[in-house]
Amino acid sequence: MGTALLSMSGISKQFPGVKALEGVDFRLYQGEIHALMGENGAGKSTLIKVLTGVYDIDEGEIALDGRPVRFAGPQQATEAGISTVYQEVNLCTNLSVAENIFIGREPTKFGRIQWGVMRRRATDLLQRLELDLDVTAQLSTYSLAVQQLVAIARAIDVDAKILVLDEPTSSLDAGEVAQLFRIMRQLKAQGIAIVFVSHFLDQIYEICDRMTILRNGRLVGEHLVADISQLQLVSLMIGKELALLERLEDAGKRSFDAAPAVAQAHDLGRSGAVEPFNLTIHQGEVVGLAGLLGSGRTELARLFFGADKADTGHLEIDGKPVTMHGPRAAMNHDIAYCSENRKTEGLVEELSVRENIILALQAARGWTRPLPRRRQDELVQKYIDALNINPKDPELPVRNLSGGNQQKVLLARWLITEPRLLILDEPTRGIDIGAKAEIQRLVVELSDGGMAVLFISAELEEVLRLSHRIGVLRDRRLVTQLENTDAVDLDRLTETIASGT
Amino acid sequence: MAAIIKHRLFWPAVILVVLLVTNVFFSGSFFKVEFRDGHLYGSVIDILRASAPLGLVALGMTLVIATGGIDLSVGAVVAIAGALACLRISGLDDQNSVTGVLLAVGLALLLSLALGVWNGFLVATVGIQPIIATLILMVAGRGLAQLITDGQIITINSSPYKMIGAGYWLGLPLCVIIAVGVAVVAGLIVRRSALGLLLESVGGNAEASRLAGIKSRWLILIVYVFAGLCAGIAGLMISSNVSSADGNNAGLLIELDAILAVVIGGTSLAGGRFSIAGTILGAVIIKTLDITIYTVGIPPEVTLLFKAVVVVVLCLAQAPKFREKFQRRRPSAPATQAPQQKVEVTA
Ligand SMILES: Nc1ncnc2c1ncn2[C@@H]1O[C@H](COP(=O)(O)OP(=O)(O)O)[C@@H](O)[C@H]1O
Ligand SMILES: [Mg+2]
Repeated sequence: MGTALLSMSGISKQFPGVKALEGVDFRLYQGEIHALMGENGAGKSTLIKVLTGVYDIDEGEIALDGRPVRFAGPQQATEAGISTVYQEVNLCTNLSVAENIFIGREPTKFGRIQWGVMRRRATDLLQRLELDLDVTAQLSTYSLAVQQLVAIARAIDVDAKILVLDEPTSSLDAGEVAQLFRIMRQLKAQGIAIVFVSHFLDQIYEICDRMTILRNGRLVGEHLVADISQLQLVSLMIGKELALLERLEDAGKRSFDAAPAVAQAHDLGRSGAVEPFNLTIHQGEVVGLAGLLGSGRTELARLFFGADKADTGHLEIDGKPVTMHGPRAAMNHDIAYCSENRKTEGLVEELSVRENIILALQAARGWTRPLPRRRQDELVQKYIDALNINPKDPELPVRNLSGGNQQKVLLARWLITEPRLLILDEPTRGIDIGAKAEIQRLVVELSDGGMAVLFISAELEEVLRLSHRIGVLRDRRLVTQLENTDAVDLDRLTETIASGT
Repeated sequence: MAAIIKHRLFWPAVILVVLLVTNVFFSGSFFKVEFRDGHLYGSVIDILRASAPLGLVALGMTLVIATGGIDLSVGAVVAIAGALACLRISGLDDQNSVTGVLLAVGLALLLSLALGVWNGFLVATVGIQPIIATLILMVAGRGLAQLITDGQIITINSSPYKMIGAGYWLGLPLCVIIAVGVAVVAGLIVRRSALGLLLESVGGNAEASRLAGIKSRWLILIVYVFAGLCAGIAGLMISSNVSSADGNNAGLLIELDAILAVVIGGTSLAGGRFSIAGTILGAVIIKTLDITIYTVGIPPEVTLLFKAVVVVVLCLAQAPKFREKFQRRRPSAPATQAPQQKVEVTA
């Protein structure tokens, strides 16, 4: 196979309290698509940031084209031909699409930015990605998924030898993923090496040639994708046999018509967000919401929580009509909402794990009635153990946790309020298989215990596995509700989403 | 040791010590504190007295900044409070009447509260950006102060009023006792209740806080009212100290020093985590710096420049990026070399 284009050896990186990388080796060859695998917190993002000079290395060597290198920052790495899309998309949403693509390398003439050239080049570039965007529009007017694609467009525009994509697909829908893969193959054919991180195993097996697997900051293997089965891969990643992943068989397939209704929406709607709909969620029932990205799933869920105000219809809680003035009113009715966007709508990153976990409970008590510290510690410890939050230190800033653990912190925040209706918006997006299985199992346990759950996920398998009933959305309309009987399977659900019947 | 260096008040404390030592170097009797007529006298006491009003204003500013806001109107409130109190006292038949003075003080503080409510209303209810909302009062407030004093400097001669800014109690300057008292009470309230956490949460991520059920409107109103009250008390101290009210110049630019004190104390202007102790330390540093400029005998033309340099150093010391760099350079204890498990790879 010749010499490696990039080789990293014996890389170690220590963060306060966490050894994020320990003696990790990594090799990348020209023209390959290489998967970097591992659970959340395994050290994938850290390895990438160490490569591009975002972080300093404690120990280890990096060689590019056989020459030792060390980058002082991402800019230098980019100049050396390593173009990166980081997991946290760092774009300026208040600038236009074109400005975001060319930020820091705007085409200039006599020191002045050539706006026309910039717009033209941006449009051309996006056309290659088959993205039909208005390049002069402010980036924030587009969805998170489109923003992600813009970040990728920005990365592939520079002349790179290596392209690093850290979980670029977590917010993309199937069509967008296909577009991305087409581009990736195109780049590969040009001899560019690609490092690809994704939690979707199917994607890995579809596009990658080789993979490196990390666990707890250590290297556990380097394999050809063709040589290793999904099952083997998963057990390498989580370091144990797959008992966890056994199907949660007999969830679903129960009738809840007799159970008391916790929440009922009557012609509830909000113009521009979701058309008026009727939906009942019973005690102990998991209602899944399925639909394409942007079909109105989140918008529907937010109306139940009063995160947005409905402009038609009304809600009934326990059979009594209520007006939802806002989140606090919903909380008074024992409704909880885990937002899909952990970073902007979920966690307060600079606060500690403990503070984030007690936040909702404390908000409900009001500032004059602080939760006694002893009680806080008890509760927090209980949920750190129950949800297996890692690292276990409750005083660590939440910012330092990996995505899956942050998600668990957010879940813990709502579970300690002991809600009767729990709304989970994409609770498993961008998190690893182990954490995903834990969260899925938790949903089953909670609903068995009588909690009503409204469950949103872009992964249809997951919706099918967990839900008793599935609401299908299409173009901001709740088009139908399916009892999750044996007759409903993936094909049937996909068809319903596609056709609306 | 490492824990001490990492503490966010470490560098400000070091700077303070450096400033103090510099003073001793230029004026041997710097630390001398005398006990005369039952009062403490000395440069250190002077610094503390000068820090009291600034510390109070900065204290109010800290909580405002923690919510991600800012209050530019505190200087104007300082002037208004002093003006109203002096106006009332100057109208008294007996300027030494304690009830009369208390009434005047009460009225001035009530007005300061009302001005805080106004700011809070604009920010929390109307939704104007804090910097603009408080700019309104910053400008209009000076006019209001002028209106109260009728464009004149009101001079008074009232020994009870003089107590606030220049008096002593148990040998200690009363203004210092008041400032420390307010800071301690505020600190207790904020940290013993959940107020501190909720403020930090709102300042750290407003939308996440809303979705966690925090009603930020009240919290924001409270902090602006508190900032108004603190500025009011500071205004009384300043006017009491000179037994006069100058609507034009009292508290001029104090908002900038206060913001500086907050930043030096380690509270980010972006909101979130705040430190009351840090702010107080910051205020003391700023006043020590002023005095250092005199003792060292820096020529007046360059005092502002000198001050700017020290401020830059201080702000750097508090910038997370800079601190990280600095700490990384220090040779840390060699990491224990765990026997590394080499994994055979197949490729
Ligand atoms: N900036 C940071 N400060 C402290 N700890 C961090 C930081 N970034 C990551 N970590 C920790 O390092 C470990 C590896 O994280 P990361 O590389 O993000 O994992 P992955 O990308 O594989 O999910 C985790 O335990 C995480 O909590
Ligand atoms: Mg990552």
